[in-house]
Amino acid sequence: MADTMTTTPRSPVKATQARRITVARLRDLALIPPIIVVAIIGYFVNSNFLTESYLTSLLADMAWIALLVIAESMVLIAGKMDLSLESTVGLAPGVAAWLTLPKGINHGLHLIPGFWAIPLALAVGVVIGAVNAFLIVTLRINAFIVTLGMLITLRGLLTGISHGQTFFGLTGSQMYLGSATILGLPASVWLVIVAFAIGIFALSRLRAGRALYAIGGNTDAAKAAGIRTDRTLALVLVLASVIAAVAGIVESGHLASVASSMGNGKIFDVFAAAVIGGISLNGGKGSLFGAFTGVLLLNMVFAVLNFAGVPSEWFQFLNGAVIVVVLIVQRVVTGQKE
Amino acid sequence: MADLAKQTSTTGVPTPPVVEATGITKRFGATVALDDVSLSVASGDVHALVGRNGAGKSTLVSVLTGLNAPDQGSVRFSGQPAPSISDREGWRRSVACVYQKLTTVPALSVAENLFLNRQTETAGPISWKRLNARAEALLAEWELDVDVRTLAGDLTVEQRQMVEIARSLSGGARFIILDEPTARLDAAGIERLFDRVRGLRAQGVTFLFISHHLNEIFELCQQVTVYRDARHIVSAPIADITHSELVTAMTGEKVSAMTDPRPPAPAPAAPILSVAGLTIADVCADVSFEVRPGEVVGLAGAGGSGKFAVAESLVGMRRPDSGTVSIGGVRQKLGSVPAALHAGIGFVPEDRHREGFVGGLSIAENLTMSVPHRLGQHGVLSPRKRTEFAWRSIDTLDVVPRDPEQPAQDLSGGNQQKVVMARALADDPRVLVLMSPTAGVDVKSKQTLMNAATEAARAKSGVLVVTDDLDDLRYCHRVVIMFRGEVVAEVSGNWDDNTVVAAMEGVDLSNG
Repeated sequence: MADTMTTTPRSPVKATQARRITVARLRDLALIPPIIVVAIIGYFVNSNFLTESYLTSLLADMAWIALLVIAESMVLIAGKMDLSLESTVGLAPGVAAWLTLPKGINHGLHLIPGFWAIPLALAVGVVIGAVNAFLIVTLRINAFIVTLGMLITLRGLLTGISHGQTFFGLTGSQMYLGSATILGLPASVWLVIVAFAIGIFALSRLRAGRALYAIGGNTDAAKAAGIRTDRTLALVLVLASVIAAVAGIVESGHLASVASSMGNGKIFDVFAAAVIGGISLNGGKGSLFGAFTGVLLLNMVFAVLNFAGVPSEWFQFLNGAVIVVVLIVQRVVTGQKE
Repeated sequence: MADLAKQTSTTGVPTPPVVEATGITKRFGATVALDDVSLSVASGDVHALVGRNGAGKSTLVSVLTGLNAPDQGSVRFSGQPAPSISDREGWRRSVACVYQKLTTVPALSVAENLFLNRQTETAGPISWKRLNARAEALLAEWELDVDVRTLAGDLTVEQRQMVEIARSLSGGARFIILDEPTARLDAAGIERLFDRVRGLRAQGVTFLFISHHLNEIFELCQQVTVYRDARHIVSAPIADITHSELVTAMTGEKVSAMTDPRPPAPAPAAPILSVAGLTIADVCADVSFEVRPGEVVGLAGAGGSGKFAVAESLVGMRRPDSGTVSIGGVRQKLGSVPAALHAGIGFVPEDRHREGFVGGLSIAENLTMSVPHRLGQHGVLSPRKRTEFAWRSIDTLDVVPRDPEQPAQDLSGGNQQKVVMARALADDPRVLVLMSPTAGVDVKSKQTLMNAATEAARAKSGVLVVTDDLDDLRYCHRVVIMFRGEVVAEVSGNWDDNTVVAAMEGVDLSNG
């Protein structure tokens, strides 16, 4: 009893504060238990689910979506949004294929040597990002409507240059990221791992990364602290489009083609993964690690549905329903609104 | 006044004033926000800046913090000319302001907020351990007890102010402006803030303290400067000035040549509006008053008095925790605007831009928004009836331009307020609740608006004017005065403005 008597009155306060911080950190790990549960269910549905080769192919299949989630998460944390990423992911490799592929059956123009395919795709990303940044940051038009307009425009552009068909027969450099293997893992999987590692580090340990949280959380406070909010936002929007272009290169290499519908409708999956992973649509909250667990969980759920032999005509319904259910469960369990 | 008008000097103190603003004039368009004012704050003082709304305090703060360049005049910090407007870092080293609005990032930790955009001393990656240690050292240096790992959004208002003060100090500033810091604090929090300010003062920090509460100024400050209507009225040591002198300096000498604008005193009758025991946690407690038919009653109070919360409870915009509101003796369902309108309440909301009108819609549509039943049957609106109705209101309140189809957002502030007032009157309300009905409008429109209110009283409505504007209160038969959530005084008949102001500021003049 004597010991408890000497406790300072302040310690309970400190204890609650410490607990609150732990909760904040745990938010990052919130999806780990469901991921384990889904993995176990997957194993019982089909024992091949947990084999190394299947998990590797799962990661390779989701590589491009994972990259898009990084891009979208950064934009969301800074308090904006970019819907047009789903069109950039098709248009960037599409333009590269259009300009480099031979004429005729491949629908190409053959204007530029194939060596330039990747720089071309990245340049397309820069241009799209710069246009978005000009409209959102300079002209101060709402990001939702701007990027919705860009989504449709860019999709239309890809449909136009491809005549609504598929560029195929990709070669050389454009194939590499989506098809090569390094140290037993697909190059695309390495790319995702490295990209997340860099992203997690930058957003948690670099001033520039923390500036995104400050801008998304309270732009006026960020400005008052000397952060160049407009410039940072513009850079993030350009970077996001460039990452989307890289995602496009990865996926076009993976499929060895660029369909005019590539990426179409995927932005909903990207948003869902980010939000389930703890990124706030209001800006300033969430982590890339959380976003990664979000995209991993969603893709594992779809993989299990696939393994379970769900008819493909029901897949879209289940896709949407799973996301809505996860959002509801998350809202009820954590009590946080996102 | 003569003894007050003498300028104080820092006799015997060789150090120049921490801040010295001389001959500052600032215009915004046709409005003169500051007219040749000065301010001199001696090192180590807590200097009070007081004045009623529109006196120019906020503009002076923006000039002193380098957010606005004055049109004329100069600012010097410790004898040195102020940095150029673009040199934000220079201003930050000289002066910091703790505003009423949030200037922290809620989702980030206290440590990161303290060193926002300065998380590292070098270009390398952030070490959170090191950042937390720096933040802890900073808070310890100024004896602030806040866990640096807490999210800023989880702090109380009081803790957030402390963190913002610490952040200012870490930027190098030793002159801090506190802009109404007590407005959102409870009594214990205010005491702790004052202890903190005194402690920092002992360590050589100088403060400019802006407050509506005069008793706080007498408790905390050494010097006081009064502005009124954009002009510098007086600067004096607190010890040389009394409560009533300060109130007189703030309100100015009254020109009482005006005729009494009040409608005839109401005949004794059962109250049309009675409020009993209205309580909202942390906002107001046990507020009770009555309004009779034909009576104009003022509900006065400074910022933070809870007067608007009471008014919003009456009209259903807010649901009080307890208490009753009766109209014509019938107890009202609380927290529902449609129910309040149905019971015969018409009202002008506090923030006309947010709640008062829909900018993109025409004058006619705004005027008739709450009275669709007068424009046709079964939910079908007759445009002809709407236009007729709008013309009546435009004529009564003299709305300019005389065009019912003009979008409301294109109108001047005074005319927008007339549209809002006309809408409150549209359904011949039994009770009219007007929140800051004349805020930001010119003298002529003020008269038109208040005359419309007294007309309603002549027609046997009960009128409640919720304001801190003394001119508006002249139209009232009685004034109920609130301070920090409680009714503290009531005046009727021919009262003295100083009594009202003193009560609004929480000062008991009989002790002054």
